[in-house]
Amino acid sequence: MSNFFEKSDLSRKEAENIISDTLQKCDDGELYLENSRSESILLDDNKIKNSSYNSDLGFGFRAISDEVVAYSHSNEISKNSLKQSSENLKSTLKSVKGTYNHEIPKSNKKYYDSINPIEQKSLNEKIKILNDVNDYLRSKGDKVKQVTANFLGEQKSIEIIRSGGETLSDVRPLVRFNVSVMVEKDGRKETGVYGVGGRQSYDSYLKDENWKSVCDEALRIASVNLESKPAPAGEMKVVLGPGWPAILIHEAVGHGLEGDFNRKKTSAFHNLMGQKVASEGVTIIDDGTIDKRRGSLTIDDEGTPTEKTVLIENGILKNFMQDRLNARLMKTRSTGSGRRENYRHIVLPRMRNTMMLSGKQTQEEMIKAVDKGIFAVSFGGGQVDITSGKFVFNCTEAYEIVNGKIGSPIKGATLIGDGPSILKEVSMVGNDMMMDPGIGTCGKAGQGVPVGVAQPSILINKMTVGGTKL
Amino acid sequence: MVKDQEFLEKKASYCLGLAKKLGATDSSVIVDNSVSETVNFRNKKLDESNRSDDLGISITTYIGKKKSSISSSNLLDDNLNILIEKCVDTTKNTPEDEFNSLPDQDLLAKEVKDLDLYDDTHIENDQKIDYLKKLELAASNDKKIVNTESSFTQRKTNFVLANSEGFCSGYKTSSFTASSVTVAKDEKSMERDYEYSSKCFLKDLDDANELGNASAIQTIRKLSPKKIGSEKIPIIFDKRIAKGILSTFASAISSSAISRGTSFLKDKVSQKIFSDKINVFDKPDMLKGLGSRNFDIEGVKTDTLKLVDQGVLKHYLVDTYNGKKLNLKSNGRCGGTSNLYFENGNISFKDLLNLNSKSLYITETIGHGSNIVTGDYSVGATGFFVENGEFKYPINEITIAGNFKDIFQNITLANDLEFKYATNSPTMLIEGMVVAGK
Repeated sequence: MSNFFEKSDLSRKEAENIISDTLQKCDDGELYLENSRSESILLDDNKIKNSSYNSDLGFGFRAISDEVVAYSHSNEISKNSLKQSSENLKSTLKSVKGTYNHEIPKSNKKYYDSINPIEQKSLNEKIKILNDVNDYLRSKGDKVKQVTANFLGEQKSIEIIRSGGETLSDVRPLVRFNVSVMVEKDGRKETGVYGVGGRQSYDSYLKDENWKSVCDEALRIASVNLESKPAPAGEMKVVLGPGWPAILIHEAVGHGLEGDFNRKKTSAFHNLMGQKVASEGVTIIDDGTIDKRRGSLTIDDEGTPTEKTVLIENGILKNFMQDRLNARLMKTRSTGSGRRENYRHIVLPRMRNTMMLSGKQTQEEMIKAVDKGIFAVSFGGGQVDITSGKFVFNCTEAYEIVNGKIGSPIKGATLIGDGPSILKEVSMVGNDMMMDPGIGTCGKAGQGVPVGVAQPSILINKMTVGGTKL
Repeated sequence: MVKDQEFLEKKASYCLGLAKKLGATDSSVIVDNSVSETVNFRNKKLDESNRSDDLGISITTYIGKKKSSISSSNLLDDNLNILIEKCVDTTKNTPEDEFNSLPDQDLLAKEVKDLDLYDDTHIENDQKIDYLKKLELAASNDKKIVNTESSFTQRKTNFVLANSEGFCSGYKTSSFTASSVTVAKDEKSMERDYEYSSKCFLKDLDDANELGNASAIQTIRKLSPKKIGSEKIPIIFDKRIAKGILSTFASAISSSAISRGTSFLKDKVSQKIFSDKINVFDKPDMLKGLGSRNFDIEGVKTDTLKLVDQGVLKHYLVDTYNGKKLNLKSNGRCGGTSNLYFENGNISFKDLLNLNSKSLYITETIGHGSNIVTGDYSVGATGFFVENGEFKYPINEITIAGNFKDIFQNITLANDLEFKYATNSPTMLIEGMVVAGK
């Protein structure tokens, strides 16, 4: 754990006094301190292209009065700097007359260890694995034309000091290992990307030459795409594979169920609480408590312990995801979903690990039920317009389905749908729920945070596939 | 106040000195500071204020052909000592790469022109609030507008780039940005749209009324959209979407994509990749330009490049490392383009709408559907059905798809170019793309 006041002219006691003085008549707020170290080691084009290390230190001071948020951040932890921030907050919130909400739930549970993954593996070992990855993939034949692999590791220590001196802290490890491979055949080039990661050591994912399975998967996707035909254009049935394709859930309904958009009534879901928004058998949760997962958090960035939040239960909309501000204004409680990319940003209600739970059907039954459609196995990214509810995601591995059988692979295409209605089009839910491999980052208001997704195979009756073949 | 040149230069030279002492044969450093103040409004009330003061340093050290880098926001000497020691140590343990080096001395920028990029004006939060009040009043004039959000940011930055070959330079820049996001509602639908203005100088910023009005009009006209059938139909990209085609073009001609062989435009220099009349410029020395610069992030001087001449590709965007690999001189494009734009076409916006009896006018795309390896393109889209030159009705939940190799050859540009962003395009007509809908 970091001692943020060790090398500062500001003592903890003085900081507590400034915080209490600034926030006494506010409804909420805190001083958020953060110290992070991160590394990136990249192999590309047969060489170690980049080895970089970043150390970041700073604070964000927040004061909330009614609906108004005042925020100020700096990377200088000093008496002067904190006082300047305090003045800045006071100048925004000119006449405050609230009552500070001291209540914050407590929990002793931890979902990851306070390790520093960067220090657990030497630079030389990391370089060796990257070179091994390169040699391994390039030994798979002439068609392999480009290999990129990288390690991303981070340890982030945070501390939250609230008015009155209450202090909450967390140490968060996070790693990611990615492989991208480009293959070429008869002048045609395609890429395949795969990665693994989460909140534990690199070795938890890569030991016993496990990195080979990451390489094999990236190469498999690239090779499949070499044989792909133009994708069809138009509305059709879509079978989604288990795991990572759950970014459909993240885009289609996840963002629309975040508290801020619903308080502001700009989400297509804001007036649908308690109503049927999905087919029977569809249950979706957002869970911050899964051991060592990329989207898990012991406490959120306001200090609230995370939880398993049921969003949709058997088709009925049950809960939104809330941070403290939106929870207070909507007269409910925080679900431990208050997150920020780092001290430079304000807290927003965000997803953690968003999951659709298993049903009873098999993937085989779903494929059999489709005369003409596509089977999507892997995706790039997605995006949503939460107001109109329209969302997209990009296939990176998909096949056509003809008369109940999987046919040729098809080129990457964008799929578009309508968030509030798409889950009503789910006609089968598989018994094969799977977590994603731990590589997701969600963007909102310019802030990226690590998230996870999970789902079983599902059959969607109708979606528009953005191919080129009419 | 943003830190002055003297402070930044002192930090930079401390780092270069220490790196040398610890055994680096070469090094470069960027020290930068940005101070920004934002006020956000929502439904005509103050919603958020945000002040940020960001100081950062990034150092790259070389030992012969070995290279490594570090960055930090903590500029205390104690911390810099630890980091630079770590950086030099990592450099020693990183394998050699024959193409690693600082830029060639004769390519470094010799003079720093005053490009009018800094406005010393300070706008107090109360003045920002006045602007936003006016903006939201205009934006919420129509009853169909049910939510307004707006934002005003003043940003001042300063930086110094220095390297062990003696280069040391930097300058201040400023920006003033206002934006309006509106939500409109009718019985059938709820839609959102926006308008935005960003300028180096406060006095050049768009009028608050105009901004709010434009945002509201653009939102209301999207209400009650229809979904259309799948077909091949001419597509017209609004300027705010058309510039994205240029951004994709820029990533496909970056020397890193070319040297790695991962671009559909590899080996296409001197070939005709766009339709006949298309010219593309990257002009770094525009006064008050949002992408203007005197040199790139390696210190290499930047001249105006005519990237595409009558449809023919003339240059890649070259940095030092990839230039050495491709046997090309850096043209000062490490970190990308400056003010990139398509030259105006010779037909008016109105005539462009009339070129075909039916077309789709696209105002927003969603998704990351550009693949620069294959050139394949597929994104979600929102816009309007255009018939005989007139906007008939809004459309949504469709996708548009094609391949950039074909798209580039089938572009017709209007003559309505304006410099609103760093990358700009006139309104663009593309023939031959496939729309997927019902």
